[in-house]
Amino acid sequence: MDRFSWTNGLLEINETLVIQQRGVRLYDGDDKAKMDVGVALLSTHRLIWRDNKNHECCIAMPLSQILFFEEQAGGIGKSAKIVIHLHPTPPNKEPGPYQQSKYSYIKLSFKEHGQIEFYRRLTEEMTKKRWENMPVSQPIPTGTGLQAGRTRAVGIVGIERKIEEKRKETDKNISEAFEDLSKLMVKAKEMVELSKSIANKIKDKQGDITEDETIRFKSYLLSMGIADPVTRETHGSGTHYHMQLAKQLGDMLQAPLEERGGMMALTEVYCLVNRARGMELLSPEDLVNACKMFESLKLPLRLRVFDSGVMVVQLQSHSEEEMIASALDNVSDKGSLTAEEFAKLLGLSVLLSKERLLLAEKMGHLCRDDSVEGLRFYPNLF
Amino acid sequence: MSFEWPWQYNFPPFFTLQPNADTRQKQLEAWCSLALSYCRHHKLYTLDVMEAQESPMFNNKKIERKLSMETIQIVFEELRKKGNLEWLDKNKLRCLVMWRRPEEWGKLIYQWVSKNGMVNSVFTLYELSNGDDTQEEEFHGLEEWMLLRSLQALQTDGRAEIISMDDGKDRFIKAL
Repeated sequence: MDRFSWTNGLLEINETLVIQQRGVRLYDGDDKAKMDVGVALLSTHRLIWRDNKNHECCIAMPLSQILFFEEQAGGIGKSAKIVIHLHPTPPNKEPGPYQQSKYSYIKLSFKEHGQIEFYRRLTEEMTKKRWENMPVSQPIPTGTGLQAGRTRAVGIVGIERKIEEKRKETDKNISEAFEDLSKLMVKAKEMVELSKSIANKIKDKQGDITEDETIRFKSYLLSMGIADPVTRETHGSGTHYHMQLAKQLGDMLQAPLEERGGMMALTEVYCLVNRARGMELLSPEDLVNACKMFESLKLPLRLRVFDSGVMVVQLQSHSEEEMIASALDNVSDKGSLTAEEFAKLLGLSVLLSKERLLLAEKMGHLCRDDSVEGLRFYPNLF
Repeated sequence: MSFEWPWQYNFPPFFTLQPNADTRQKQLEAWCSLALSYCRHHKLYTLDVMEAQESPMFNNKKIERKLSMETIQIVFEELRKKGNLEWLDKNKLRCLVMWRRPEEWGKLIYQWVSKNGMVNSVFTLYELSNGDDTQEEEFHGLEEWMLLRSLQALQTDGRAEIISMDDGKDRFIKAL
């Protein structure tokens, strides 16, 4: 079984399918192979086997590997088999399911019969040796490549088949595209490890390397965005991750919050944080979950939800009464204010300023005037 | 004497139903008392809801604010609960406004009667509302239905007796 290589199951140019048979189990020598029952396909160039349930599990062997083969009749409780003896493994063989095997022959066990036809076709192909005359080149997708003897369907059936093929191709293309991304991520992880180890070495050798160079190197790291971001992988998902994240947010958000008067809408926080991170962006869920942990982690920030559903992050030191008192002053000063005017006055976003006015109204300090001109707030003189 | 508007009348938020419960309470009370004093001043005993929306009572053209129909209904409901308003029809389009409740009128009338030593005498309704003797009184010019109710209230109290003639047209009152 070590002659087989992993394949994607697609036929190559000049390669044609000759016959396929379901219900075939593979044997490594006399032992049952580790795979389940599947489909055996014979093409002009290769012997291919594909798992029934998991179509990703697909292996093939060039027909040139076959030394000779013979039938083995079935019996009671035993299916008929074809025993295939093989040449030794060539040195440049692609990896397959088996690294090595003590046997140099395999068996195909036909649980659903069909061995007679398969044997006949195999004999034909081994005689004709068509693979020698038709060198294979770049593989082209031929849809599933499995429908042997597929007639050129016309009409609706044909259209449906074409659509199905196209869909499968798109699927394949997408997963191939993402393959690269996951490879890149693996590489990125390696790079992070490498940079970390170098950084550590630098730290150890503090005396030999000048401050200057260390700083320079660290700035390179930073510009690559690898200032040790807290990633899901390094810290796992779930609450541990959110806790670490919450701590990081606690540090990060102090300054911006103070600039903005102690309160920021969660959407603003989301944009700010992700822009700073560069890579390993946060999902909104993760952000919300991390923010919910502020209180339990005794961080000086709080997540707060207003009646209207708006969520904000505010400094713990931020006093609501002060805000409302100052809001009342502002409104009394000007006689009356709309949310927009108030926002302009305070340099806040309209959303937050409206929340503040609504809160003051709830407390009974303000009352509202709702007309075609818009919503205005007055000091509550009632 | 022209009607004196309360300060709220020129305060724009007065015309928006306040969401804050406490504020709303105060607002509705102010509206009730405004409506009643307006009706009293203009001697209005019935109101047509549609007309009311356009009348200066609920519509302040100077500040360009007026009460919405919804809010007017809420104010009327408050008045009804207090006993100052009664719907004349099922659709709530016309109502009686009793800026003095029947009991209050009854009391006034009885006071006048006893002050003038006319207890146990008999009057007609007309005498009471339109007689020369009652010119100075507040209940002078009171509409008949209102007068009747007030007297009925007195009757319930045991302070008066309403005597109907056989033809049911004239009614007499005897203060007891």
